[in-house]
Amino acid sequence: MKAQGNAFRYGDNVDTDVIIPARYLNTSDPKELAAHCMEDIDATFIDRVKDGDIMVADRNFGCGSSREHAPLAIKTAGISCVIAASFARIFYRNSINIGLPILECPEAVSGIKAGDTVSVEFSTGLITNESTGESWSAEPFPPFIQKMISSDGLINYLKKEVLS
Amino acid sequence: MSMTMSQKILASHAQLEEVRAGQLIMADLDLVLGNDITAPVAIKEFAKFNVDRVFDTQKVALVPDHFTPNKDIKAAQQCKMMREFATEKEIENYFEIGQMGIEHALLPEQGLVDAGDLIIGADSHTCTYGALGAFSTGVGSTDMAAGMATGKAWFKVPSALRFHLSGQLPAWVSGKDLILHIIGMIGVDGALYRSMEFSGPGVASLSIDDRFTICNMAIEAGAKNGIFPVDEVALAYLADHCKRKPVIFEADEDAEYDQTYEIDLGTIRPTVAFPHLPDNTRTIDEVGEVKIDQVVIGSCTNGRISDLRVAASILAGKKVHPQVRTIIFPATQEIYLQAMEEGLLKTFVLAGAVVSTPTCGPCLGGHMGILADGERAVATTNRNFVGRMGHVGSEVYLASPAVAAASALTGRITDPASIEER
Repeated sequence: MKAQGNAFRYGDNVDTDVIIPARYLNTSDPKELAAHCMEDIDATFIDRVKDGDIMVADRNFGCGSSREHAPLAIKTAGISCVIAASFARIFYRNSINIGLPILECPEAVSGIKAGDTVSVEFSTGLITNESTGESWSAEPFPPFIQKMISSDGLINYLKKEVLS
Repeated sequence: MSMTMSQKILASHAQLEEVRAGQLIMADLDLVLGNDITAPVAIKEFAKFNVDRVFDTQKVALVPDHFTPNKDIKAAQQCKMMREFATEKEIENYFEIGQMGIEHALLPEQGLVDAGDLIIGADSHTCTYGALGAFSTGVGSTDMAAGMATGKAWFKVPSALRFHLSGQLPAWVSGKDLILHIIGMIGVDGALYRSMEFSGPGVASLSIDDRFTICNMAIEAGAKNGIFPVDEVALAYLADHCKRKPVIFEADEDAEYDQTYEIDLGTIRPTVAFPHLPDNTRTIDEVGEVKIDQVVIGSCTNGRISDLRVAASILAGKKVHPQVRTIIFPATQEIYLQAMEEGLLKTFVLAGAVVSTPTCGPCLGGHMGILADGERAVATTNRNFVGRMGHVGSEVYLASPAVAAASALTGRITDPASIEER
């Protein structure tokens, strides 16, 4: 699996309240949630994002609330992968469980600017900044987590691999 | 091999003699929790399993506490979905409006939490129950759905930070000040992926309510869980609330910690977290002049009876500042009733505060106390992120009930020790 797209660049401690503000949590419809994704720190994100684009952030991305609505909103908005220096633990788990690919790679984060074209190879963890030619190796997911992501999340994975 | 307290609970629930940090395990759950925000997503995921029932009708708890009493039509629809699921699946621990409270105050009070339990909840503050010696951690809705269907969850065994406490907290200083001090010291990702284990002679002096507050905010340092040893204080609470026999796990004496912090409780000052992160802390001596528009006392962090008592002791016989909206939320119906019987609610109303039914409402900017652009609140809640309590241009200052009540009187962030007693 490979992803390629333009980078949206954010800083440290992007919390789930700004990824999807609680005032919109009176629905669990992914499309409605995606329409408000990032609006409190990047009001034009949803107008600019295209399918396949990549989100790049510094430390502790997704801290705060356990709302799965946050990775769901990012995924439904069209983001194909989030790369961060580190992730908050519930967000990390939720992303894998819903099939949103995420990679920890502080070196790549420092080498990517907003608007750069970035590609990611999930099986190897290779991240390339196509705009500058630089590339980095993130720790790839173990095979069971890769399968979980390619099955579009934990439930489909459990149904396919465990229950059948 | 030596283990931390958290690791021992995980090992026992995975039927393993021992576990080590980093190991991936599948473990049996004692309780799976969800609320009106997270359960609807979990219920949709649960449906994909094509199973008729939850793994155990006594081990699932559903609490409509966030946008309730229903704040709007969409919230009502979500609550309806959860209520119908609870009825259809014969879930015993569904708490309707009238019985419900804020989940993390409610479940221990209802006896659903025991020492030694392994609990997941689709709410980040599920880590609260470490106060009673349980391993409890927040997860998302998909984990909740899988937990409801199978009674199991996968975990990566955490390493731990140890906080070795000595001495006693001074007057007007509480568990809230201690946990804010710790988060200020280690940062909002200072305990990322790890356990925060509390130990030492200072533990005995902390009330169970202080311990709930401290474990509640472990997630604000990024921790997987916070946990206290099971001592007489915890056992007394469990004896009053939980019918099951406590299972006591203790950290090995030679357990390995990534780091140990020695804290003399006597040195802790009233502490306030400034916008927009819980680690942006200052002691009360450093806050300067911060004018406020609203005070919120309540939440899963600080809506318990001892929190209300300390607020009432400061507000008694006085009036809140005329330009400060003061909103007080007892966390459960039982706490509400107890506060009524002790005369605390009357004290609040006479002081010019309003008292609400239990709800998470304002803490997450849901309803019942939303801030306008440029407004500032002192809140006993747990997060002060951008837009957390309303407009993106508003500000939340996190503090203890004592600081919040004192600030309500003066209209600026205030040291409770400076308020003259009646």
